[in-house]
Amino acid sequence: MRGLSLKHVLILLLAVVLVGLWASQAHAQEPTPIPVTDDQVNAIAKQLYCPVCENVPLDVCGTQACAQWRALIREQLSKGWTEEQIKQYFAEQYGARVLAEPPRQGLNWLVYIVPPVALLLGAYLLFRGLQNWRRLAQEETVALAEAESAEEDKYLKQLEEELKRRGD
Amino acid sequence: MIANLGFGALFITFLVALYGIAAALWGEFKHKPEWVDSARNAMLLTFPLLSVSALSIIYLLVTNHYEVEYVSSVTSRVMPLYLKVTALWGGQAGSLVFWSWLMSSFASAVTLRKWDRDREFLPWVIVVALVTLAFFVGLSLFVENPFNRLWQLAGGQVVEKMFPPRGARLFTPTDGRGLNPLLRHPGMIIHPPMLYLGFVSFVIPYAFAMAALITGRTDDRWIRLTRRWTLWAWLFLSLGLILGARWAYDVLGWGGYWGWDPVEIAAFMPWLTGTAFLHSVMIQEKRGMLKQWNMVLIILTYDLVIFGTFLTRSGVLSSVHAFAQSAIGPLFFAFIGLTFIASMSLLMHRWNDLKAQAAMTSLLSREALFLLNNLLFLGILVVCFWGVIFPLLSELVTGQKVTVGPPFYERATGPLFAALLFLMAVAPLSAWGHSTVKTLGRALWKPAALSVLVVVLALVAGYRNVFALLAFFLIALVVTVTLYEYQRGVRARMKRHKESLGSALVELVRRNRRRYGGYLIHLSVAMLALGIVGIEMFQSETQGTLQIGESLQLGNYSMSYDSLAVFDTPDGRNVARAVVSVYRNGEYVGELHPRRDFFYDSGQPMTIPGVRSTLEDDFYVLLVDWEEISTQSATFKVYHNPLVQWVWLGGIAFIIGTLVAAWPDRERKETVALSARPHAMAAD
Repeated sequence: MRGLSLKHVLILLLAVVLVGLWASQAHAQEPTPIPVTDDQVNAIAKQLYCPVCENVPLDVCGTQACAQWRALIREQLSKGWTEEQIKQYFAEQYGARVLAEPPRQGLNWLVYIVPPVALLLGAYLLFRGLQNWRRLAQEETVALAEAESAEEDKYLKQLEEELKRRGD
Repeated sequence: MIANLGFGALFITFLVALYGIAAALWGEFKHKPEWVDSARNAMLLTFPLLSVSALSIIYLLVTNHYEVEYVSSVTSRVMPLYLKVTALWGGQAGSLVFWSWLMSSFASAVTLRKWDRDREFLPWVIVVALVTLAFFVGLSLFVENPFNRLWQLAGGQVVEKMFPPRGARLFTPTDGRGLNPLLRHPGMIIHPPMLYLGFVSFVIPYAFAMAALITGRTDDRWIRLTRRWTLWAWLFLSLGLILGARWAYDVLGWGGYWGWDPVEIAAFMPWLTGTAFLHSVMIQEKRGMLKQWNMVLIILTYDLVIFGTFLTRSGVLSSVHAFAQSAIGPLFFAFIGLTFIASMSLLMHRWNDLKAQAAMTSLLSREALFLLNNLLFLGILVVCFWGVIFPLLSELVTGQKVTVGPPFYERATGPLFAALLFLMAVAPLSAWGHSTVKTLGRALWKPAALSVLVVVLALVAGYRNVFALLAFFLIALVVTVTLYEYQRGVRARMKRHKESLGSALVELVRRNRRRYGGYLIHLSVAMLALGIVGIEMFQSETQGTLQIGESLQLGNYSMSYDSLAVFDTPDGRNVARAVVSVYRNGEYVGELHPRRDFFYDSGQPMTIPGVRSTLEDDFYVLLVDWEEISTQSATFKVYHNPLVQWVWLGGIAFIIGTLVAAWPDRERKETVALSARPHAMAAD
């Protein structure tokens, strides 16, 4: 028990020092805290995801951890941090997964490139297929036209018959 | 006792399925029809056996048998009876048995049909259905056994096993851990069965497709045989998706209905390929083209169904770690991989038999536009699949975890959905075989002019968002073109048959239900699109902490905080329920009761919004926080969701449209004759 509580005290101390450092730094730039509304906090929280709750954006997440993160955002906003700075901070602290999209760098580019490339490839294949078919069609125009009209006739005949039957 | 019975039935099902596969193969290769009949009986036997197994689980759930691990993980004493019953699909082990049960009922229904003309398909349909069933039953037996019990070892340690370890005593907890509160909602009770029905019924067309490939009977017979199955599968899947969306809107408390969560996407992906399939089979039926492509689509749909079943319950895709730890993950991937490779090899084997019988004459013909539709659906599929898979890939390669969230999907799929709307407006006006810019233009100019008028009205009303205006144009175009198609048909009937407007409409739809049911679905998609544009582009929100009597403003709405009560309920909840008054343009329009339910058994909270819903907009209030004891102040989050009700109305219209198209015929001959018609001579 004692060891545990010592650890807690140390973490707390560390946190105080960190927050203190960071507050003093921010303080130097912005002496008076800016009033922050819930909406401002949510606007940023909306774009962040906590590592615990899968796929739940921070602005609607009900857990205690998320409430603390929102409090942290509020604090940062009151010190005049910009949206980008805050997102940057969270990404550095907790990894890229807190961002709604993978940062555009390295392997992550794949996530943005693959779908359009696949679509373009599909479109190209489709276009070539259609051209092939058209070429075939030109070769077989006569045969096709005959088949078509036969099919059409059959249908018309059927329809006529049916109409006659209905009319009775 | 009952647990043993259920487990025994499951085990026998497994053996019967294996026997059925063997008997069907033996009968087929040795030309012994009696063996195929025996396989058919084996298929039919799986249903009563699985019923025993599933009913055993339900019995254990209802009678509080907490010594069974599954029961104690999804129920608790305070839960009402109906929730205990539906807890059958409240967890993974139960869901898998439920899946098998539904699967066997569908497959049995199929084997009961008359096979006179299609006898050669029978053994192969049985083999495919039973292989799928054996896989799922095997999972339940060997990996995710819902009948596992808790045993206390001599040392006091409690273990989870089917049969007692040496010297162990049965361990019965006094109460269960309860169902996840999020799942205690009517939407969540019907949603999974619908989704599963959709999933399992897609196995049927796949089984026929494989039978067609194996037997070499590669004409469109398999498509005609399974057309209704496919439509019903699609209907259930759509219903599952819509109910899931509604559940999210009512229960999850984030003001929306679709969050691009991997679980949602998992159910959406087979729907995408299924929808593409439904369209492209028409080309095969009418023109004898795209046979290979239809095979690809049904194979993809089948494997996405398996993938979806696996994803929706297990959550193992959340990280590489979770995946590696779960025994079920690698098995699923192996099964998906093997069936995919086997199906594709069969397809390659028959590739040349599946050559098109007709050729495409025009890039604007109906079939060319259908192909474009397929391209777009598959484009959306690629986005979805890639978005779900990428985080795993990233973690595997670089060790870095990433989130692929809504902004990615919205940006990537938005243009594709818009293009689909455009196609939906143009394609019904194009003809099979040949259309030209001139014929198409002549058919399109009137609806287009009307749609431009809609955009002008929207501009006058103050809408300036270019994307929204474009969306309004496309939606209006779909609606006008579809109504124009109806009007053309009705007018023709009125002239020809001297019918009244009403009976002409009824007869028109009745005599070509697939086509006009399809158009009804197009209309419903326009309604859905309207709702989606409303909430996606015009949603606004605000949050504030109010003292009693104070109010919060959002757009032309305001709400005031009247009171809040905190109390316990007999079913094990602690409820905090606020009363707020809502005003629109300063006028009182009613009271809402947003609440937060805390479930003691599972220790989880749930936020239930108070919603005022009209055709124009929804006013959606969430209770975020409150001052304990005094309840003098409370924090509310409020959303204004324009037009969102159109999503639900569209959903209902969608179901009706699909029912119109899929309902079994009474006058079968007549309808077959009419639907075989090479229709639409657009420009007349």
